[in-house]
Amino acid sequence: MAADDRFTEDFRDGREEEIIGTISEVITGPVADWATDFSHLEPEWSADPYPIQDDLRQRCPIARTERFGGAWLPTRYEDVAAIAYDTERFSSRSIILSNFRPPRELAPIGGSPPISSDPPFHRDARKLLLPAFTKAEIAKQEPATRAFCHSLIDAFQGQDVVDAGGDYAQHIPVRVIADMLGFPPEDGPQFRVFVEDLLEGINLPPDERIERVSRLFDYLLIQVHDHIDNPRDDLTTYLLNAELYGQKLTPDHVVGTMALLLIAGIDTTWSAIGASLWHLAKNPEDRARLAAEPGLLPTAMEEFLRAYAPVTMARLVKEDMRWHGVDMKADDWILLSFPAANRDPAQFDRAGEVIIDREVNRHAAFGLGIHRCVGSHLARMELRVALEVWLARIPEFTLADPAAVTWAAGQIRGPRALPLRIR
Amino acid sequence: MKIHIGAERCQGHGRCYDRAPGLFGEDDEGYGKVLGDGVVPPGQERDARLAAANCPERAIDLLEEG
Repeated sequence: MAADDRFTEDFRDGREEEIIGTISEVITGPVADWATDFSHLEPEWSADPYPIQDDLRQRCPIARTERFGGAWLPTRYEDVAAIAYDTERFSSRSIILSNFRPPRELAPIGGSPPISSDPPFHRDARKLLLPAFTKAEIAKQEPATRAFCHSLIDAFQGQDVVDAGGDYAQHIPVRVIADMLGFPPEDGPQFRVFVEDLLEGINLPPDERIERVSRLFDYLLIQVHDHIDNPRDDLTTYLLNAELYGQKLTPDHVVGTMALLLIAGIDTTWSAIGASLWHLAKNPEDRARLAAEPGLLPTAMEEFLRAYAPVTMARLVKEDMRWHGVDMKADDWILLSFPAANRDPAQFDRAGEVIIDREVNRHAAFGLGIHRCVGSHLARMELRVALEVWLARIPEFTLADPAAVTWAAGQIRGPRALPLRIR
Repeated sequence: MKIHIGAERCQGHGRCYDRAPGLFGEDDEGYGKVLGDGVVPPGQERDARLAAANCPERAIDLLEEG
């Protein structure tokens, strides 16, 4: 077999020319009016975005900001769904809203296929991943995930107050995705830094953001070379061997997809586990009922996903157009808030309440349309196992200090520090 | 009652086979598929309705007979 020479040290040389995009002025500071100046990066939004979204849905319902070079925030389910389905007019070439717009030529592949891809390329890139993420395939990870959750709780021995965000929820998706990609489990703490580099610090100077993102790619290249030298049964080797249109994937595609799989699965699931535990710590009736009726967990879990959906995506408008009453310009951002859609009273009865036995729950926490989260079966398995093990081992717990709970800022929202009193 | 999945709408969320594993399964890519001939056995109509009502893509059709 010929040596894999796609990943020579300098395969990224020359890319600087390719990634010339548009940089907009960084605008921060308190929001004047959420309808005309919204920012999902301000502390008010991270602390509690739901009253803001509810207010906008009633009076707007598509909010605008001049920050980030111009962006729109639809808040009704109907509008969020329409955009998710309309890949003709809305591009996924960047799905993290920032002050940098990648050039249009990056479409239809984007930097991290398939999440950043548009049709028709999207379908083929997604097809490569789907077989590895079916419910049946993911079920193989369940015993190790369960054992790992138990080991995290074993480590709480002797403590009255634990950080369920930092010392439980965080570690679960990190460990599982490291196993699936074939990365050393001890590298987990670095992954958290990569996540923060990519998904937070959005308003840092663009040069600094590029610098931070390149740290992730340096790491991924080390893993690529290790897998070229020592192929094994994991997703990295799978991607290195995968073919599209009769050829091996381009190095950018391989590394971009590795970045996606590593980053997208971590603070999303961490947020979902944390938000569920936060809700149960705050609501003793729900906690007691769920501890007593474990059979209710699949239904309750979907309600936590609806009410505390962690993930907001972004799109870029392709061409100037009048859309649902507003004048969108080419390259305007769309902040595609699945959390806002999930609390729309036009779609859900008692939308603002958390009802753990809600039977009909057509929520959009994992997106809608062709970009449905490819890892949704993995996320659901991790969330279910994390909550099952926690509730079996620690059926009684409360918020140790409500004021000490912190929430991630940006497009992925969930508790980061979550001190819980467990005895 | 018969069940049918609109393949052009299904995106593989898996709510149907999570919710009603006796009626639905997944294919090799995680897309939903109807098990058997799609005729809902007596007593499982509620499962079929809940699966349809929970599909985020509204991809499941219920064909009521008679």
